[in-house]
This record gives sequence, C-alpha cells and structure tokens, in this order.
Amino acid sequence: MNAPLKPNSFRSGPDENGRFGIYGGRFVAETLMPNILELERAYREARNDPAYVAEMASHRTHYIGRPSPLYFAERLTEHFGGAKIYLKREELNHTGSHKVNNVLGQILLARRMGKKRIIAETGAGQHGVATATLCARFGLECIVYMGAVDVARQAPNVFRMKMLGATVVPVQSGAKTLKDAMNEALRDWVTNVETTFYCIGTVAGPHPYPAMVRDFQSVIGEETRQQMQEAEGRLPDSLIACVGGGSNAIGLFHPFLDDPSVEIYGVEAAGHGLDKLHAASISGGKPGVLHGNRTYLLMDEDGQIQEGHSISAGLDYPGIGPEHSWLNDIGRVTYLSATDDEALEAFQLMSKVEGIIPALECAHAMAKVAELAPTKPKDHLMVVNLSGRGDKDVPQVAEMLGTKL
Amino acid sequence: MTTRLDTRFADLAREGRAGLVTYVMAGDPDRETARAILKALPGAGADVIEFGMPFTDPMADGPSIQAAGLRSLAGGQTLKKTLEDIAWFREGDAATPIVLMGYFNPIYIYGVERFLADAKAAGIDGLIVVDLPPEEDSELCIPALKAGLNFIRLATPTTDDRRLPTVLGNTSGFVYYVSITGITGAATPDFGKTAEAVARIKRHTDLPVAVGFGVKNADHASAVARGADAVVVGSALVEALKGSLDAEGKATAGTVGAVTGLVGSLASGVRHARKAAE
Repeated sequence: MNAPLKPNSFRSGPDENGRFGIYGGRFVAETLMPNILELERAYREARNDPAYVAEMASHRTHYIGRPSPLYFAERLTEHFGGAKIYLKREELNHTGSHKVNNVLGQILLARRMGKKRIIAETGAGQHGVATATLCARFGLECIVYMGAVDVARQAPNVFRMKMLGATVVPVQSGAKTLKDAMNEALRDWVTNVETTFYCIGTVAGPHPYPAMVRDFQSVIGEETRQQMQEAEGRLPDSLIACVGGGSNAIGLFHPFLDDPSVEIYGVEAAGHGLDKLHAASISGGKPGVLHGNRTYLLMDEDGQIQEGHSISAGLDYPGIGPEHSWLNDIGRVTYLSATDDEALEAFQLMSKVEGIIPALECAHAMAKVAELAPTKPKDHLMVVNLSGRGDKDVPQVAEMLGTKL
Repeated sequence: MTTRLDTRFADLAREGRAGLVTYVMAGDPDRETARAILKALPGAGADVIEFGMPFTDPMADGPSIQAAGLRSLAGGQTLKKTLEDIAWFREGDAATPIVLMGYFNPIYIYGVERFLADAKAAGIDGLIVVDLPPEEDSELCIPALKAGLNFIRLATPTTDDRRLPTVLGNTSGFVYYVSITGITGAATPDFGKTAEAVARIKRHTDLPVAVGFGVKNADHASAVARGADAVVVGSALVEALKGSLDAEGKATAGTVGAVTGLVGSLASGVRHARKAAE
C-alpha cells in the first residue's frame, strides 16, 4: 500500500507510487508504462546532476529572463484599501507566461534522453507557444495538439506556433478543446512512444509529471520568498493564483506550504456559475480517474467526463492537478472560484489601474483579490501570481465588450 | 477454480484451433441492436466476446471505437445498462465467455465492490481495463480476482522481458497481446513479429495468448491464428456496423447482418488457419 508522507511536511509528496494521498498515480495503457518508468528514472538522475541544474539556471537567466520581478502594485493597493498587493510578474517571461519555466525543464530532459520529437497539447496556446519556442531554440521537431475550437478562438497563438516552426494539429474529436487535445496527444504518444517525448503543460497526467512540472514551476515561489524578504523583511501573509490544471499556482504555493502563517488561495473558473456551465473541478466536481491520474473531475453520475466551460481557454480543462486535490482535502489551500463576468471586470480594472493587461486566466485570481484584499489589514502582504499577459485575449475581450477591432 | 474462459480455451486446444475473440460496443448504435448483435455473435463464430463499456475519453482507442462509444452514450447507455445487457444475454447462453473492456472511471464511480458483485451476478467472466497497469493492481485487479473474475492484461511491443513478469503476475483467463504500439484500428501489424512476440510471451506463461489491434479481415485473422491461441477483432467489426447505418446514424435492417457476416468470415479464416499452414 501507499507509504505515508513524511510527517510535518506538505512538500514531500508524492509517495513512491506517485500519490498525493489518494490522488495522482499512473492510470495509463501498458504501452506507455515502460516509457513513464524510464522518464521517472531520467528525471531523478537529471535533478541530481549539477550539469543539468546549471544548464537550466543559465537558460532561466539568459533566455527566459528570470528572476521575474515581484512588483508592489501601489495603485491596486490604494484602490482596494486593504492588503498590500504584490504581483509576481510571470507575464514578463519570454513567451509571455509561466509556461516556459516547465517547458525548459522538460526540453532539457528530452535532450538528455535523446528524444528528438516533441509533442504537446495546448488550450489557450501558451504552453504550445512555449514548447514551440524551446523546440526552435534546440532544433527539435514539435507537434502541438489543439482543439479545433481553441484553434479558432486563439488564432494569434496558432500563428505564433507556426512561425516558430511547429506543426499545429487541430483536434476534431469531442468538444474540440483542451481535454480532447490531451486525448489526441496521448494517442500520438502511444503510437510513437519510442521516439517521442510528451511535454505535458500542467501539473496533471501520470506520475512523474505532476511532481516534475511542479518542481520546474517552483522557481516562482522560491524567487517570491527571497524577493519578499528583500522588500519587506518577512514572508507574505497570503498567496493567490488562478487554477486550471494548476501549474502556475503550485509553482507559487509549493515553497510556502510548510509555513503555517501563509494563507493560500487557488481560484478556479466558475464560468457562467457553479450551478451552470463552469470549469471548477474542485468546487463543482468529484474525484475520478482521467488522463493518467486520480483527481477532482467534472463528470456525470455515470463517470462520463463533462466539458468544462470558461471564458478563458486556459482554464476550461475538466480536471485539476492531483496535488491540488490533496491540498484541498487536507485543507492547506482554500479553493475559490470566479465567474466569467467577475474575471472580465477584473481584467478591465487591472488594465486601467496598473497599466498591466493580464491574461484572462489571472483575471480570475484578480477577481478574488478584489474580494479578499479589502478585508485584510494594511500590513497584510498579499502576493498574486500574474501568470500570463493578456495580449492573446484582446480580440476575444473586445468581442465580449461589443467592440469591433 | 475453472472459469468459462479456462473451459473455452481448453476446448479450443482440444479442437486444435485458435479462437476468435470479437469486440462490440454496448449500446451501439442503440441498445436493442447491440443486444441483437451480442446474441448473434456465438452463432456467427465468436468464441469469446469482448463487450465494450463506452467512455467519453478512450485514450488508447482509435476513431472507430471512440465514435462507437459516443454513439452509445448519446443513446443513453450506462454501465448499469451494460451489465443488464449481459444478464439478458446469459439467459440464453451459459457457455460463451464474456469479457468487459473499457476504462476505469465509470467503474470507479459505480463503486468497485458494487461493480464486481453486479458483474459477477450478470454472468461476466473477465475484465480488461485499459488504463490500469500492474502498478495500479490494488484498484481493481486484486479485488476482481478475489471476486472470482478473470483480469486480462494487455502486453505490448514495449513490454520487454524484464517487465513481462510484472505484467503477467496477476493476469488470468488469457493474455491480450497488442500487436502494435498504437491505438485500436490503426496500422496492420507485421505478422512475423507478432508470432515471435507470442512465442516470447509463452516462455513466461502457460496462459493462452490472444492477439489483437490491426486485424481487419479473414486473411489477417488466419495469419495471426497460426501462432496465437486466439485472434481479437474490434475496430473492423465496429466499422462494419457503422457502414450499415442510415444517414442519421440509425440502425438499418442490415446492421446485425453486417457484423455477423464479417464475424463469419473471420471465424472461417481462424478455423482454417492451421490447416492452411500444414
């Protein structure tokens, strides 16, 4: 059976079976198992190899542009009149979001493993762009699966991927969104397992992906710790991030999980509302098994997976990373949700007050900052993960606001 | 304990021929037609029946079986109805082994203990659950074996000699060798390599070895049957069914016959395989 996690730490998971409590695991076809075990071995070796660690550090500095700033949002702070709000500026990374942190780690690993063909799935296109970018940088073949609906609503990112030399495959099955893109990527992987590295974009999928992607994204929280010490001489009091699969959130949260004074909030996409169409797997789903892991999922009473809905193509996945499911159940992280309308309002507020156009994904986190910040004292230090920039969303938002571009 | 699968494979060995394992999807294209097909399969030449449990996200299946699952779900098929369909079949056939094939989530949501009890009561003999590798045996495989059901595991070209014992460890009934690294209904395998793989697996187990994925017609079936204990055909039957539907995707007078006709042809290929090889 599963070995217990080390006592007094929220950071030691997963166990040797890839579990966070009951969540996680390796629910995949036998064809993939030898490859997944090989990946686990390769990652374990790489993370302990100073050459790999140094190579990653160098590319983080010179290619991604890290560390990303921790910016005191003075005007937002004044606007809400409560907590002192800091923004972790992941949107300033090369390619425009936090996704590149993870892709760098995986691509360097793929090179070590001698894999020259990279596949990825993408929703909003941010992970696809990051993967296409690093494949271009290292001369690797790149195939990105993207739901046909997402291809249509994220046209600028599709074009960017093509400019970067990637092949974008529109997926016509199911609801033609991220879930179906992930199915199609898994089918490709099953078919081409010997030559191909599957670069998963979030902290989901079979073990070791949730742990590996978390490790790559934890640079966000590690920098935040240090930067907040420098700015304020102490730890933040609260952290907040949007959660689709949950990679930007876990990246910010993980280095703080063992600090009990730090309140942690994840914000899911409530779409039209939790009693209507939404993508809030924790707030509106239940535990099930999909895409290689057990986690909270949106499904009907017969275990058939339902489509998520969100204004944000990056949040409409019907599942969530297994570590988030566990952090929810043990109560270490509080999961809230924001509707499409709330996100759209926060999107506009943030643009006008700070001069920063956020991705619609992070606008969900901002919507809850608007609720939480005014209730906190003025010496409360709140960090919001600004995980992506909103350039990609401008045409969509214009349309929703009734403006013709 | 001797199961229907053990008995059937022992009979086949005595007859000196390979068996034909046919896969059809429950509830496809509608429940009534799927039941009629199920009932007709043994007479048409199926030795073992795999009955597909539809799932929205069948990650190891190709477009044919994926579409069949979505047709079935659109018609209101549920896991409970699938179990009822088999209980109904059992009223008229006590001998043909039936194996349920699908993905774990619907079973997990149904509740593993309740599912195993209901599956056993319905007359199901074994389970093939694609997304449960040996690493997840405690989820369903071990409880299923305790409940007296066979748990059939897939072995694939990527399952090397080092891993085979892990895969075969808790397998019973038969071993399902997936002849290609790929999804169902994809490329036609290299039958020479398939025969070598069957021989390799047989060095590790006394269980019968069935070979599937990519077997589309009687010639393929015959080629596989020379070396394997059984031949599995799924996507080709699902395609034959699809080809018989009307413009709205509804069953026609020819639907049952389209499936049983192909089963008859495959069965003939399987039955004559070893004679042809002599």
